[in-house]
Amino acid sequence: MLLTLSAILTDGLVYAAYLFIVAIGLTLIFGVMKILNVTHGSFYAFGAYGAATAVGIYANSDLPAALGFLFMIALAMAIGLVMGLVLERGILRLVYGRDEVVVVLVTYAVFLILEDVIVLIWGPRSYAAYQPMVAAGNTELGELVLSNYDIVLVAIAAALAGIAYWALKFTRYGRLLTTVIFDRETAAAFGINVTLVYTVTFVIGAMLGALGGAVMAPKMSITLGIGVEVIVLAFAVVAIGGMGSIEGALIGALVVGICRAAAVHLIPQLELFVIYGVMALVLVVRPYGLFVRAQPRKI
Amino acid sequence: MSNYVRIPLALAAVAVMSAAGMPAHAQQPAASAAPVKLGIVSFLTGPAASPFGIPGRNGAEIVIEAFNAGKAPAPFNQVGLGGTKIEAKYVDEAGTVQNVVTEFRNLVQRDQVDAVVGYVSSGSCLAVTPVAEELKALTVFYDCGTPRIFEEKARSYVFRVSPHATMDSIGAARYLLAKKKNLTSFSGINQNYAWGQDSWRDFLGAMKVLAPKVEVDKVLFPKLFVGEYGAEVSTLLTSKSQALHTSFYDGDLEAFVYQEQARGLDKRMTIIMTTGEAAIWRLRDKMPEGTIIGGRGANGPLARDTEIKKWFEKIYMDRYNIPPTYPAYQMAQSLLGLKIAYEKAAKDGKPNADAIAAAFKGIEFEGPAGHVKMALGEGHQGITETAYGTYRFNKQKQAPEIVDIIRYPAECVNPPAGVEAEKWIADGMKGAKCN
Repeated sequence: MLLTLSAILTDGLVYAAYLFIVAIGLTLIFGVMKILNVTHGSFYAFGAYGAATAVGIYANSDLPAALGFLFMIALAMAIGLVMGLVLERGILRLVYGRDEVVVVLVTYAVFLILEDVIVLIWGPRSYAAYQPMVAAGNTELGELVLSNYDIVLVAIAAALAGIAYWALKFTRYGRLLTTVIFDRETAAAFGINVTLVYTVTFVIGAMLGALGGAVMAPKMSITLGIGVEVIVLAFAVVAIGGMGSIEGALIGALVVGICRAAAVHLIPQLELFVIYGVMALVLVVRPYGLFVRAQPRKI
Repeated sequence: MSNYVRIPLALAAVAVMSAAGMPAHAQQPAASAAPVKLGIVSFLTGPAASPFGIPGRNGAEIVIEAFNAGKAPAPFNQVGLGGTKIEAKYVDEAGTVQNVVTEFRNLVQRDQVDAVVGYVSSGSCLAVTPVAEELKALTVFYDCGTPRIFEEKARSYVFRVSPHATMDSIGAARYLLAKKKNLTSFSGINQNYAWGQDSWRDFLGAMKVLAPKVEVDKVLFPKLFVGEYGAEVSTLLTSKSQALHTSFYDGDLEAFVYQEQARGLDKRMTIIMTTGEAAIWRLRDKMPEGTIIGGRGANGPLARDTEIKKWFEKIYMDRYNIPPTYPAYQMAQSLLGLKIAYEKAAKDGKPNADAIAAAFKGIEFEGPAGHVKMALGEGHQGITETAYGTYRFNKQKQAPEIVDIIRYPAECVNPPAGVEAEKWIADGMKGAKCN
């Protein structure tokens, strides 16, 4: 029983780390810009493909694996930066102020276009980038064997949560962001350059999406359609925690991660149901998610 | 904030209304100079494109080229189909089943193809079957595995040369028990949809018949394309099983292999991959040594070294510089079957769908994956022998190998005509001819 409990805890943490890494960019963009960004799945996919390209470049070199891992992350985040900038300046700024549904449809359209751009750049074949995970090795804890790469994932998620908390609470940009989140018009009235805040936020969100794809790349087969699954999962996590809440995304990821791991170990038949079951339960009790207060509608 | 609930969950799709009218081949035959039109449907995009859809499409391309050049080996060496060159239209299977059906209607009614060859997904095949019957459109499924197509109802215009999935599961059970004499417990991890559930049901059924004392331990059905298997690997690491059955394919199979290898699961239990052959050329030394490999029949390295197999492998290698995997074999076999049926029906000029269907029923021929006999579903469903083997990576040749191959005759791993696969297994696989 102790073995099962410790397995649930470790598996839940690893899965939560994955969920948080893919959800943090989505919730950040929503919190500031009120955009439910379907293109987040494309950032994830481009990050993963970029990581595969980076690993391909490094695979035949004699440089240490850790350097390859850093190069992989750097390339993916650079892709996210360019994509975020082009999309926000080229497309999204044209639809600011439109109905939220219109903006969602625009991001969905861009997502579909980018799926074909992937085929144009990388072709229809799938890619592998397993080398960093193999190089990381594993750690035996009694009967359980943990992948060291999974431990790195948990550390990355924890670092992201810490950096996000520090940046929002203790930096000038974080305070500006909090003001824009609270009320865009008031922030603008106080002289905050909201347009710039939007651009910077969207670019950071895109880079985080690409980072998610890059760090997950060694664990999966990088193939067409990987962005679709991630959007659904990230939406579920963000909805549980509260749209736009970073601490909500963290708690949402932990709740879903632990519940899913428990289901797989104890009642595997519920594995598929448990994520959306938890989401439905939370939304019944708190329709705006765990960490968002209900607000009056502005007229 | 309340506006958030207005975000649409589904996005508009354009409904393409097909032109009304009878299919071309139900009307007058075309002029003799007109090419034979084939619709080739396979995943060209999406997660199933790389491992299945593209090899299938590539198999179609080179075989049709060989047919048109009259360069296929005898008895397939007549130009095109019955002396008429083939014009192929390639269509993507990706999208919803509604989209797949719309594209099928477009091929038959708008493009007026003479036959459709295709489909990887069992969902696609189940959706297309009634439409093909309604339109009287000759259709040959090449990869989908569900036995339900011909077990639910007799079909007139639908054929499948490739054997259905029951053969894969029974072959896997027989091979596992032949190689693991002291097996006491096994587990399974399969995708949570029709393919995974049917594969596990048949494997479990066969194991209960062949080794009733062996216990079932963990039974896992993760969501299709979930990609993260940490909890599943932990669950299996804590089990006492000596073997693990999986019908995973494409990205799911590769992701599972990467993640389980990082945690040494394959050192604790033998993994049986019923579709593993399609992944060996990509995974290479990442495929665990000792894995039991199936290939949906005696395809690829599991195929006998016949002349027609060597021909197909050569033309595929020459064009794509990689050995063909089982979807390519299945496509080739399907086209060879169609060619035999077409030419048999073409004695008095260009045949219509009824004539080709009548000629297709019950045919037998030699293909790259061995002897095909259209024995089930009143002559519409093919059976072949199957084979399983054990994987190893040859470091000297830097190439994957499948060794210790055991072959099972078609009648050993397929139900007799007129008997449902599930019922046949449950009743103890009576009449199986394994020697």
